[in-house]
Amino acid sequence: MPRRTHIQTTLNGEEIDFLCEPRQSLLEVLRDELGLTGTKEGCNNGNCGACSVLMDGRVVNSCCVLGVEAEGADVVTIEGVADGDTLHPLQQCFLEEAALQCGVCTPGFIVAAKALLDSEPDADEGRVRHWLAGNLCRCTGYDKIVRAVLKASEMEEVSA
Amino acid sequence: MTTTEKPDYKVIGTRPIRPDGVEKVTGKALYGADIHLPDLVQGAVLRSPHAHARILSIDTSAAEAMSGVLAVVTHSDLPVVADKVLDMGEGASTASDMSKNVLAADKALYRGHAIAGVAATNVHDALTAIEAIKVEYEVLPPVLNVQDAMRDDAPLLDESRHTRNPDGEESDNASNVAAHNRFEGGDVDAAYAEADVVVEREFDTKMVHQGYIEPHNGTANWNSDGTLTVWTSTQGAFAVRGALAELLQLPVSRIRVIPMEIGGGFGGKIGVYLEPVAALLSRKCGRPVQLTMDRTDVFQATGPTSGGHMKGKIAVKDGKITAAEVSLAFEAGAFPGSPVMAGAMCMLSPYEVENFKVDAYDVVVNKPKVAAYRAPGAPNASFCVEQLIDELARETGVDPLQFRLDNSAHEGTRMITGVAHPRIGQEETVQAAQASDHYNSPIEGPNRGRGVAGGFWFNAGMQSSVVASVNPDGTVNLIEGSTDIGGTRASLAMQLAETLGIEYDSVRPTVVDTDSVGHNDVTGGSRTAYASGQAVYEAGLDIQQQMVARAAQLWECEAEDIEYVDGALRHTSDSEKTMTFAELAGKQMETGGPLQGRGSVVARSPGAAFGVHVVDVEVDPDTGKVDILRYTIAQDVGTAVHPAYVEGQMQGGVVQGIGWALNEEYYYGEDGRMENASFLDYRMPTSLDLPMIDTIIVEVPNPGHPYGVRGVGEVPIVPPLAAIANAVHDATGHRFTELPISPRRVVEELHNLQ
Repeated sequence: MPRRTHIQTTLNGEEIDFLCEPRQSLLEVLRDELGLTGTKEGCNNGNCGACSVLMDGRVVNSCCVLGVEAEGADVVTIEGVADGDTLHPLQQCFLEEAALQCGVCTPGFIVAAKALLDSEPDADEGRVRHWLAGNLCRCTGYDKIVRAVLKASEMEEVSA
Repeated sequence: MTTTEKPDYKVIGTRPIRPDGVEKVTGKALYGADIHLPDLVQGAVLRSPHAHARILSIDTSAAEAMSGVLAVVTHSDLPVVADKVLDMGEGASTASDMSKNVLAADKALYRGHAIAGVAATNVHDALTAIEAIKVEYEVLPPVLNVQDAMRDDAPLLDESRHTRNPDGEESDNASNVAAHNRFEGGDVDAAYAEADVVVEREFDTKMVHQGYIEPHNGTANWNSDGTLTVWTSTQGAFAVRGALAELLQLPVSRIRVIPMEIGGGFGGKIGVYLEPVAALLSRKCGRPVQLTMDRTDVFQATGPTSGGHMKGKIAVKDGKITAAEVSLAFEAGAFPGSPVMAGAMCMLSPYEVENFKVDAYDVVVNKPKVAAYRAPGAPNASFCVEQLIDELARETGVDPLQFRLDNSAHEGTRMITGVAHPRIGQEETVQAAQASDHYNSPIEGPNRGRGVAGGFWFNAGMQSSVVASVNPDGTVNLIEGSTDIGGTRASLAMQLAETLGIEYDSVRPTVVDTDSVGHNDVTGGSRTAYASGQAVYEAGLDIQQQMVARAAQLWECEAEDIEYVDGALRHTSDSEKTMTFAELAGKQMETGGPLQGRGSVVARSPGAAFGVHVVDVEVDPDTGKVDILRYTIAQDVGTAVHPAYVEGQMQGGVVQGIGWALNEEYYYGEDGRMENASFLDYRMPTSLDLPMIDTIIVEVPNPGHPYGVRGVGEVPIVPPLAAIANAVHDATGHRFTELPISPRRVVEELHNLQ
């Protein structure tokens, strides 16, 4: 077995450490080593966005980041988006606007949309469509996803 | 929009949040690849690098000797199975073909065909080990499209295969054409001789993939008592159980399939690929084994839908279609079973066509065995027919929607199968599109055009069963076996709440495994909200009847004196005697014990679906890029149980159709290698490529369902291919007869014109 590296990182607001092989992606570490299976694998080569997580506030495809790169970083996954039992406005709007069907791309979309609204709370439809172009959804045709993100952007918790 | 009077429903027609919603937006829902079991090991599958090759030998000894490797399996580990037909719901196959597809026997028939499976302590060791398996191949020339495959001198995928002809006889010579079927009626030649206008063209489409975001997965544990447990993301747990029973020669009662959440299917997650291999590996190594595909495997080794070649000739006299002659040849992939018959039976069904001759050829080629994909066969066939109809409307100077209305099928019109339509909503759907704001808005500007097309899909019925347990607090647990891909937990719970006259939130649905509910056919054929909905309705009536009997017992009267109305029991002549559903639910122990309702149906009146689409495009003549400016879909859905989820099905189907029309194709090299087996190169639509998709819900209730429900999910993908081609023709004056209408093709064809 290849030698494993000790990594210290902040994951969903909590300081944690883990061991990982140099060849393991952050996606693999999250899912297989840390048991956080909310982050999904759709393509494993950065084309579908299902594995989107935030690293120091930026959206990354966790399949294209090595686990060892999480050293010292602040990582947020779908499991860290809600505040306890209180859903994030994006999560609430995805439910209310029927923005998910099978739901497998949903964690990636919510994480990516969160990064957009965190920095651009007034994003319009064109901006939302451009920003989310790195996330593939095959069920919805994106209509209801875009509407959900726009609705969330109008909610006080996000625009404040 | 409602076109027919409907009852005043309380729950049906509302837009509640789905029961599984919170789990899915918080990342807690467990999909097939998310399952972790004690002692679980991982596996990998060795796949053929050749599109067509004889397998001379497989040497697994080096792989077996590697550290971390626990088991290796090949086709020889599978039992010999008979040529029995296995109909898993949408598309049948024989058990022996399925067995050879799961692990190749004497021949590799497509690049990516599974050759051997390995289980190891981790996935990296498994991936290293498959490279150590030595396979000796005799490489053979591949056949990659139907025209090549149908030539007399074509290399044969199976030397023992003969064509089953329309007369039921087999051809003398071996052939790649597995079947030729024909539908014939009236006298086409006489109609052509008398016609005002006849148009005739040939069309080609390419193989395309469903493109679900979740790759296939399968986890199996072969227990020491000889029972097998399988966790998988599937459209039909019972279909998987049935297939495994045949492939592994086990009684179904020994196999328990646990359906995990599913990340999209669209027909492509009905068949089995990894599950039998994981089961064999688990039996060999004595531990649970998990297999997952990567995206390349999904493209190369699961079932896309057919490309094919089509010839059509349609005649018009006095504004009426008088004759249609269509020949369809569809790729089945490596084993017979393309959806060509479904395409043949759908393409003319929106219209009255008295004289017809339709030929359908099922052709094997060295590509993956096709699987169902949303209205399988119908989009390709409609790409041919709906463009010819567009041309006829133009040539006769009639508005293309009016032309369709003038020729629309209605109740009593016979399809080419001879079956007469029951009450259908074809005319209402065309009229809804005619009345739309979109169709009544001008389309202006250079290089812009508008197209329309219609589509039909049968919808399926099949078997469903549910159990509903009444809780003492007045809530109900609905136990069902239909995979929920896009909100059917909600639409079934809503139908039960409607039947019982209780709140939607009082019904808690759960999709359970194959040991825990009666048989349920696949979530496919747009059948779940309709057929499982009917089972739910029956379970609700069962509960009503039992409650009436119990109230009679409490009130010491006859059951006939009690009625069940709006979630309450009432004595018809004594207004003092009333009891709510919840009150009686709290008296179960004293009235006979736990109260369960049961619903079990073979649903036989699915109610066909019709859709009419209007699309505006802009074509960039320099880059060849086609932009979708505006899109409107009108569709008869019978009754929209959950309108938001109905709209979602319509929008999603349209966008898959847009991808099929404009970009998606399996792109092959001459050696039979798919050269675009990634989401980067197989380009599906992104949010940036699209406008909002406007929906018009038409409701012509299905007389075959208690709430008038028709299947919704599939027909939205049927019209877009032709609608977009018609719009591009309107914009450019050039008719594109080959898909996809990609930038490269647009530039090449427009350039050649000039």
